[in-house]
Amino acid sequence: MSMYPYIVAGWMLAVGLVGIARSRNLIHMVVCLSVVQSSTYVLLLAIGFRKHATAPITQGIAPWRRTVDPVVQALTLTDVVVEATVVALMLALAVDAHKRFGTLDPQRLRELRG
Amino acid sequence: MPPRVRTLLMGLAAASLLGLYVWGAAGLPDFGDTVSVYGTKVASVVSAERQTTNMVSAVVFDYRGFDTLGEEMILFISVVAVALLLRDARDETFEVTAEAERAERSPRGSDAVRALGLAVLGVTFLVGLYVVAHGQLTPGGGFQGGAVLGSALIGIYAAGNFATLRMLEPRGWMDAVHAAGAAGLALLGLGGLLAGGAYFQNFLYTGTSGDLISGGTIPIDNVAVGLEVVGAIALLAAEVLHDGVTAAPPPGEDAA
Repeated sequence: MSMYPYIVAGWMLAVGLVGIARSRNLIHMVVCLSVVQSSTYVLLLAIGFRKHATAPITQGIAPWRRTVDPVVQALTLTDVVVEATVVALMLALAVDAHKRFGTLDPQRLRELRG
Repeated sequence: MPPRVRTLLMGLAAASLLGLYVWGAAGLPDFGDTVSVYGTKVASVVSAERQTTNMVSAVVFDYRGFDTLGEEMILFISVVAVALLLRDARDETFEVTAEAERAERSPRGSDAVRALGLAVLGVTFLVGLYVVAHGQLTPGGGFQGGAVLGSALIGIYAAGNFATLRMLEPRGWMDAVHAAGAAGLALLGLGGLLAGGAYFQNFLYTGTSGDLISGGTIPIDNVAVGLEVVGAIALLAAEVLHDGVTAAPPPGEDAA
């Protein structure tokens, strides 16, 4: 089935979202968010893939070889960097929440706000 | 809302999202058959125009250089935000007694861990420099190499004693490296304007394809980004370790 990689990306998106909704711990929630973000890498790289093509590095390959799409790979690089920063920021917020409220459970955080 | 209802609602929503997604994906070109106009264009011109053998680097630091500046600003600002969030209660100072001083110099962790940590530290550092320097030739570049170099810094955490660990306390050089990397990329963009072209135009001689010094501004952009990422990781590690490890009083004072 030729759309299989796209389905993998969709599955990761859905599973990550369910994980975020069911989460009882902010750290777990951040990990679920990173699963959601990882689905975008799979989708981007799947779209850029071409049959019988090599990596977009021209060092040491014949000039006629076709390569996979370098533009989506560059986008994926940006995506990875943004994910890393988002995760760092979210974890810092979790540390802050734990310092202030003494819990990492999102449900209890809501109760404590009063 | 009770958790059971929440899960049910979310499961329904995710299932319908997945259904719509599959319907949409069925309309996409077959896997491996997509032909992107931009990708084909870049693949055909990059060797002749920029003399880089890594097309992804050419896109990130040259054709899409302005977007990369935005990406780097996201990194810069969120690291500053993390530092601010973790930094609030930072006034503790400890009196360093002679006994505490001796405890500081004593090794922490087992000898095996420290020996391996030291060995891995050097190799990681070298690999990081290699990856930053060869971004225009082979897979890698400033972001990836900077992350490797940052891991080398964290190797100090495994290999050192308490005294070396204090090197990882938040310090001015981390902010300076972090800011210099971000500023460096923005200023390199200005070079294109000064040379009479557009912002982020590649204004340097691009050399011969396959040489270490080739690609014009692309390797210099990589170095700037590498600096920024190293500074960012050093800052983050310092803030986190300070809260968890180095803020604890030196081990000699535990008995008191």
